[in-house]
Amino acid sequence: MSGDDASPRDAGYDDWLDALAAGDGYYLACENGHGSLPPRRVCPHCGSSALSEVDLPDSGNVETFTVVHVAAPSFVDDAPYVTAVVDFGDVRLTGVVRDVAPEDVTVGTAVGVDVGTKTTDGERLVVFHPR
Amino acid sequence: MNGVRVAGVGLTKFGRHSERTGRDLFAEAALHAMEDAGVPRDDVEGLNYGNFMGALAEHQGHQAPLMAEAAGLTCPATRYEEACASAGVAAREAVKSIRSGEADVILAGGMERMTNLSTAATTEALAIAADELFEVRQGMTFPGAYALMARAYFETFGGDREDLAHVAVKNHANAVSNEYAQYQREITVEEAMESVPVAEPLHLFDACPITDGASALVFVSEAYAETHDIDAPVAVVGTGQGSDNLALHDREHLAQTPAATRAAEMAYDEAGIGPDDVEVAEVHDCFTIAEVLALESLGLYEPGEAIGAARRGETTRDGRLPVNLSGGLKAKGHPVGATGGSQIVELTRLLRGDHPNSDVVPDARVGVTHNAGGTVASAVVHVLEVAE
Repeated sequence: MSGDDASPRDAGYDDWLDALAAGDGYYLACENGHGSLPPRRVCPHCGSSALSEVDLPDSGNVETFTVVHVAAPSFVDDAPYVTAVVDFGDVRLTGVVRDVAPEDVTVGTAVGVDVGTKTTDGERLVVFHPR
Repeated sequence: MNGVRVAGVGLTKFGRHSERTGRDLFAEAALHAMEDAGVPRDDVEGLNYGNFMGALAEHQGHQAPLMAEAAGLTCPATRYEEACASAGVAAREAVKSIRSGEADVILAGGMERMTNLSTAATTEALAIAADELFEVRQGMTFPGAYALMARAYFETFGGDREDLAHVAVKNHANAVSNEYAQYQREITVEEAMESVPVAEPLHLFDACPITDGASALVFVSEAYAETHDIDAPVAVVGTGQGSDNLALHDREHLAQTPAATRAAEMAYDEAGIGPDDVEVAEVHDCFTIAEVLALESLGLYEPGEAIGAARRGETTRDGRLPVNLSGGLKAKGHPVGATGGSQIVELTRLLRGDHPNSDVVPDARVGVTHNAGGTVASAVVHVLEVAE
């Protein structure tokens, strides 16, 4: 969501995306070292309510990826695109890998994370760039 | 605890029925099931109905009373929604109601109408089974999610696209004689390998089709079957359910589905069996890789071992453990809210001897069904047994 008046924000999620766009990405961590994404009241892995914001590492590694050819209407002009799950240590993120040919993406590729916009509708999303 | 029997089963032909309404599809399956059971409609004490995307496909919420009405029922009706595991959950709750003594006769099943939407709209509708914020808005599609799991599997355990093609070939071969199947035709490994990519490494022939259809089951207590002289040789002896984090990236392993393992352990414990006792299985192969993950979660194979099962001929019709003799979701079709019910319908027919493929497993007494929602954030397993 772009955050304009016509498009209500999702508290927690949009705040997290704002921070990521500003270069201040974070995740939530409990005292047992489990990572998760907001909004959360308890750790999804152990139920701890002691959650704090921890800086997201600058770089993560592609753990798995797919080249999507058949897209939903909200991504149709972005296809084909590469969706990846990227491991940042205590937390993983799902997003689109950009600035690299799909055939050059491999498991283990080191990527940085940012916020980009979709070709289809200009909405924001998580994007990864090879480092 | 009261014993539960499958007294009657009903299906529509699975396929493209884009002009048929959901209410008509479900009524057909429900009436078949009641006729097959020989149970009068006034004896039905509850309708447990599964449906996933009816609000999007037909702009119809509040479907359960509508479906009861369509089937000529006046009993309480409830809709269950766990994505593609909706009807599995509906059936499980029916079994629990009868076991507890709360009811003697429950009609359970489900319906999905899908082909009245465009492929793009269906892709969008199916995606809502994933995490809207952290997956769908990032471009995750339903095939994309299973593609992520497939590549993670290959990286962790090995295997390749050709192994997966053998799963598709096997299930298509099984569907040829099944009159309810969407695709009653065989395919070759070459056709599967050369089909267009959907979400690499998955191609078109790794994916189940988009399907309209309905399923229905009449479950009764053993006491009711005895009193009313109902011929119901197949018993539900185990039911289990498991859940997991909704988003794939929040799970410890990307190539395992522990929700199904938990469901299987629960169902096996109730049935007093182990994986070695299973003689035939209907599993949730929405994508070829999903059958592999299912077989490992059910304990029928060790992690990393099921990828070659179809290629080695172990799960084919003449193998030691035939899997998806109905054709599976891959060839029989996958009307998502109906699938969990249709798996129990097909296994019942296989065990009681009136399925076109019953002659493949003439002596089988124990079978399992495995029904999964999303990327297996929900799983339901049932154990069926031919009663003494």
